[in-house]
Amino acid sequence: MKKRVVITGLGVVSPNGVGVSEFTEAIKSGKSGIRFFPELRDLNFSCQLGGMPFVSEEKKREYLSELQLRNFNSSGILYGIIAGMDALKDAQLQPAKNDEEPLWDLGIIFGSGTSGVEKFREAIYKIDDKNVRRLGSNSVAQTMTSGVSAYLGGLIGAGNMVTANSSACATGTEALLMGYDQIANGKATYMLCGSTSDSGPYIWGGFDAMKVSTYKYNDSPKEVAGPMSAEANGFVPGSGAGAYLLESLESAQKRNATIYAEILGGAVNNGGQRGGGSMTAPNGVAIQKCIKNALQNANISASEIDYINGHLTATLKDPDEIENWSLALDRKGADFPYINSLKGMVGHCLAASGSIEIVSAILQLHQGFIFPNVYCEPVHPKIASTISLEKISMKLLKTPLQTIAKASFGFGDVNACVIFKKI
Amino acid sequence: MTSEEIYSQLQPIITTYLPEDVSINEINIESDLTRELNINSAHLVDIILDIEDAFNIEFKNDDIEKLRTVNDAVSLIKQKTL
Repeated sequence: MKKRVVITGLGVVSPNGVGVSEFTEAIKSGKSGIRFFPELRDLNFSCQLGGMPFVSEEKKREYLSELQLRNFNSSGILYGIIAGMDALKDAQLQPAKNDEEPLWDLGIIFGSGTSGVEKFREAIYKIDDKNVRRLGSNSVAQTMTSGVSAYLGGLIGAGNMVTANSSACATGTEALLMGYDQIANGKATYMLCGSTSDSGPYIWGGFDAMKVSTYKYNDSPKEVAGPMSAEANGFVPGSGAGAYLLESLESAQKRNATIYAEILGGAVNNGGQRGGGSMTAPNGVAIQKCIKNALQNANISASEIDYINGHLTATLKDPDEIENWSLALDRKGADFPYINSLKGMVGHCLAASGSIEIVSAILQLHQGFIFPNVYCEPVHPKIASTISLEKISMKLLKTPLQTIAKASFGFGDVNACVIFKKI
Repeated sequence: MTSEEIYSQLQPIITTYLPEDVSINEINIESDLTRELNINSAHLVDIILDIEDAFNIEFKNDDIEKLRTVNDAVSLIKQKTL
């Protein structure tokens, strides 16, 4: 018998708000975290906009010592540590004391795309300068893929599985489902899951070169055509981290914890880079299958979905995503669920997109609102012909939600879909 | 440079790497850096780099192997700054 799994803590470091309360206000009001970066202009980027969270020195010191912050130069690991520790605190759980045993029932799965790219650059310059001995002791910890989970593991004293996953833009959603499995199968009581992505030119450059980011709004960063818009011609790269503390329902009830949502189930699959899928483009059949498998795993019918938190990146692929949802759920027009995308406010936070967006989805489910789709008008005609415009709200909508779906899709033709329910 | 002068420059470098539960007053010339002061052994390389910067010297791999106590550091610095 599988254990039921719930979410009892959230943490977020987003370009439009650091911390759950600031972030909640930001998404309700449609606040944009997209900015112009002179550095990107000076480096001849086509897209000179980005989404970068503002982390105060005080916030850094809430979890890291002066020694840990010495020569610290890994933005993604910093974001992950803060989001993860905030989620633990939000769940009202305490780290193990230094003289105590590890928390054997608490594990961590915190993913990233690449990790510590600024620190890696620093190291490469020293190595090429024949000065490898000057790297110091923190080069490995600040560039390893498992950097966030390793730092968090030490701060918390986690004694269960402590690892990192990587599946491009599906990383955060996949991390949640991996943590869910660990608890559902009785292998852990608590799993701190999430994902992170570095900020800056070295992580964003490859996307700029591929021309998947937008070049049209360098002079008007607050007016970038958002996801599902007819004008959308590419995303703005973002960064940050999102985290969630997963816990068995049994344990959460026993300690009277705040339950944000139950994870009913989900699915992860791959399009095999066949049937229209490639390294960079999704196989539509695989996306539909992933959504259907998630519904089946969650044991609900498509008609129960009230709201979808889309992957929707503000690229030419948005109409295809809507079509895939519509076909997978067999719902269209006014029968289609509400749908929105956070990427209009924060850009595409890449490996962190899934986790930051999951935090936004859980907040909407818990508090009963749907955040506005920003700069979405006019809606792409192909989308408008598939679903009713009333399902793509341009303003804050207060409405109770019961069952919601979140999906993320990424390079490598990876797909992940999860179903949450309010309890 | 006298041993005292070296020690007075060395002490703040070591202090940076002390764990939170070890006080600066516990550092003395005989202290073993990892066993007594409880400094994470990974930080020994950082202490060496900081010493190199502060005293404008360079350590070799076999010098580093000899570094166990505060006194070892003082003697090594003394040799290199002669």
